[in-house]
Amino acid sequence: MATVAVTAPRNSWPKSFLVCAVLIWYGLYRALEPFSEWVVGLLPIDRASKLGGALQFFLYDTPKVLLLLTGVVFVMGMINSYFTPERTRVILAGKSEGVGNIMAASLGIVTPFCSCSAVPLFIGFVQAGVPLGITFSFLISAPMVNEVALTLLFSMFGWKVAGLYLFLGLSVAIISGWVIGKLKLENYLEDWVRNMPKTVASVGADQLTLSDRIESGKASIKEIVVKVWPYIIVGIAVGAGIHGYVPEDFMANLMGKEAWWSVPVAVLIGVPMYTNAAGIIPIVEALLAKGAALGTVLAFMMSVIALSLPEMIILRKVLKLRLIIIFTSIVATGILLVGYIFNAVL
Amino acid sequence: MEIKVLGTGCSNCKATVKLVEEIAKEKGASITMEKVEDIQDIMKFNIMSTPGVVIDGIVVHAGGIPSREKVEAWFG
Repeated sequence: MATVAVTAPRNSWPKSFLVCAVLIWYGLYRALEPFSEWVVGLLPIDRASKLGGALQFFLYDTPKVLLLLTGVVFVMGMINSYFTPERTRVILAGKSEGVGNIMAASLGIVTPFCSCSAVPLFIGFVQAGVPLGITFSFLISAPMVNEVALTLLFSMFGWKVAGLYLFLGLSVAIISGWVIGKLKLENYLEDWVRNMPKTVASVGADQLTLSDRIESGKASIKEIVVKVWPYIIVGIAVGAGIHGYVPEDFMANLMGKEAWWSVPVAVLIGVPMYTNAAGIIPIVEALLAKGAALGTVLAFMMSVIALSLPEMIILRKVLKLRLIIIFTSIVATGILLVGYIFNAVL
Repeated sequence: MEIKVLGTGCSNCKATVKLVEEIAKEKGASITMEKVEDIQDIMKFNIMSTPGVVIDGIVVHAGGIPSREKVEAWFG
């Protein structure tokens, strides 16, 4: 692939920029709590009242989550610049199943991915001889296990929830891909995809400098944080405001641990739906606050992010209907199990 | 210049078309713009992420909306 060389404006002190950015970020982070108390103190509201508490929570949590997200997205933007789809393809080409599925699912976290690129990526992988099951492991993990979902889960529900989501999300991607590989479904690719000439995966030397990677981090902030901040504010507002206005156990009967059937129902509702990781957070926040079981809610979240009707329609161009149905059923089953496991261990 | 924007019609693709047209106009470059939305046609250019930009048959960009500086350099 020929590329026109473009010399980006060089920052002569990329390292000092990074150091300054880290210091400023840390300073802001430490200032959040006193700042939120100070603002609430200025308002004519009793700090000890319900409203005062909710306001302080909102004023502290919103900038905290946004700051964390900005930091993580920036770092991931820099890491992404090491893992272009082309590079990932080279790593995965010719890998055997098992190890390949684990690598593909893990690379899915760090490789930049947009669902509108799913098809070119899919074809690019298959053309270069990446086995079908391994391609699917990547395709399942990439949208579902991403830094936005993990950061939001971490900052709103703690590291245990984020860690479990990471571990179980990867497991679903690895196992589903492995099963699809075992089923030998290559015949269910559309004919034009199978007949495409095979290519040898190769990639030019990486010539990016540190300042290019910083630029890539900044571009990610622009692309992601600018897009998701309204969802986050709504999510936190829901979390702060909902307490006390809706009965605490409002959802407990419907989506509590005792309601075993709520997990499959949550997955069935979630599969056709689509929203990004940030868009689902307000719903997750509201459901959890009202007594829904964590496993049920996370299964819902995973099925919304990982599977969607629009994605299936896009994939229909390269996969025969039968393969789409098999793929969806396997992933949905995996998510279902995740829901039950979560509910059982927590 | 003959410019093709490759993409299946997602919002990033539309933004890319708009950006390229806008900067070409600013720079006074005369271009023909073609949107390639059919996936089989897109794959002929051997890219793995969209939107992609092709100028006179050469892929100059793939994946995400190109930065303003990058687009300006094409019309430099």
